[in-house]
Amino acid sequence: MHNKTIAELSQSLAQGAFSSVELTQTYLERIERLDPQVNSYITVTADEALAAARQADARIKAGTAGTLTGIPLAQKDIFCTNGIKTTCGSKMLDNFISPYDATVISNFKQAGAVMLGKTNMDEFAMGSSNETSFYGAVKNPWDLDAVPGGSSGGSAAVVAARLAPASTGTDTGGSIRQPAALCGITGLKPTYGRVSRYGMIAFASSLDQAGPMARTAEDCALMMNAMAGFDDKDSTSIERDVPDYSASLNQPLAGLKVGLPKEYFAEGLDNDVASAVQVAIDEYKKLGAEIVDISLPNTGLSIPAYYVVAPAECSSNLSRFDGVRFGYRCDNPKDLEDLYKRSRGEGFGTEVKRRIMIGAYVLSAGYYDAYYIKAQKSRQLISQDFKQAFEKVDVIMGPTSPTVAFNLGEKTDDPVTMYLSDAYTIATNLAGLPGMSVPCGFVGQRPVGLQIIGNYFDEARLLNVAHQYQQHTDWHTRAPEAFR
Amino acid sequence: MSIERSDIEKIAHLARLEVAEADVPEYVRNLSNVFDLVAQMDSVDTDSVEPMAHPMEMVQRLRDDVATESDQREHFQQIAPQTENGLYLVPKVIE
Repeated sequence: MHNKTIAELSQSLAQGAFSSVELTQTYLERIERLDPQVNSYITVTADEALAAARQADARIKAGTAGTLTGIPLAQKDIFCTNGIKTTCGSKMLDNFISPYDATVISNFKQAGAVMLGKTNMDEFAMGSSNETSFYGAVKNPWDLDAVPGGSSGGSAAVVAARLAPASTGTDTGGSIRQPAALCGITGLKPTYGRVSRYGMIAFASSLDQAGPMARTAEDCALMMNAMAGFDDKDSTSIERDVPDYSASLNQPLAGLKVGLPKEYFAEGLDNDVASAVQVAIDEYKKLGAEIVDISLPNTGLSIPAYYVVAPAECSSNLSRFDGVRFGYRCDNPKDLEDLYKRSRGEGFGTEVKRRIMIGAYVLSAGYYDAYYIKAQKSRQLISQDFKQAFEKVDVIMGPTSPTVAFNLGEKTDDPVTMYLSDAYTIATNLAGLPGMSVPCGFVGQRPVGLQIIGNYFDEARLLNVAHQYQQHTDWHTRAPEAFR
Repeated sequence: MSIERSDIEKIAHLARLEVAEADVPEYVRNLSNVFDLVAQMDSVDTDSVEPMAHPMEMVQRLRDDVATESDQREHFQQIAPQTENGLYLVPKVIE
């Protein structure tokens, strides 16, 4: 049961091969037995899951079920879940029982999906290795000495370890695609504004976007059908029709123009990762794609610009955690300033404090033009690079991450080294474009991801391009031996 | 660019963050490294470039100025550290 995709499970449930309760129990039993090795869940919601599964079984029996009815899913602990602890990986929210549901959560509830629990993540989604979580690091199911990537590390690990058929993630600078690559699964970061951010705890509001993480592109499409759409409650949500993401999966790729940016294959890219990506590109040639060399000349600006924009927005967003209305409050504050400073000083971890301080600095009097405006100008240049590229090509391909998963503890002492692991993913967030990561090989036992970047609102094409590759390769079907 | 101890103290105060004395040297070192990275932006001339406000050049959506939320104060205050008579309690601000 635990090796089936959502598409397969949905069919089995419809045919009565097993019930949603049986399926949910199978996953809950696996989580209890195997998750202590991986640490991928912060909260497991067994009672609520079984109750939802019983309701789903009733819907299936009554003939009112949809594709996701009765399907167990894991939700990143950044999405508010009514009545259930929502921590964002932080001590600050260790006592926070959300009083409402995020729109993504209510969309899945309406579809009849079953939530197994909340997945571990870097604190407030700030990290590339899942090591900044207050709840401890997640281990990579392919190699327990390696990081799973981040910030959606728990969400990637649950799918790789078969502790959920699929999960949700959020991506501010690569936080869906990089862990998807490092854990050998499929993940999609949609266009900025495509999926509602309501109830998704904010990190950097001009970059944050939620998306699906699953074994296959086909499953990501099924999840996108439930996740995407306009939401009045999110002021940045985009009013635009949502296509049926499953409908175009089988379109042939003959004539597809694939751009390879030379900057994504330059210095800093691991040779073995480069070879695996090249083999994937050769496969696309066989499928009829035309490969075009392109350039995104301002790629080098993306990490510097990101580390102004994201911390600036985070320092503003995280000012709401003040020890007054919810979340952590320090003991015996002597006055209001002491309450603010110690609640925040004790409630936030080191990386979060670092980013709040960077943000406070770049936004402080006299520095705004030199940093924030300069970064927004750099962002314009990065965005123009993509606009010009998409006049010539349909999609852009390259590696998702410059290396495979690194070892736990390897990069924790030097934040700048850690930041460089998002070198190929950050530019798409700065430009607001959709991007995917698809498993395309291994270096040793650690997985490699192929990144596919699309034009605005071209998620259906990305899913089609990924699905066709998965019809001709089997990397996405591999599972780590200890979790088969 | 090098960040000084006094910068850390100033921005920690601006951000209302208590930073332990022992951690200050590490913040000085790490933030200096981050600002060295950020300084790479200066290698590109952006004088004639418009700052990007939104990837799709959209403007903020507006709505009519009418109340749409119902009063859920009691529900929301259940998770507050300290409340009294519907108010959030903090240490005395005015003597």
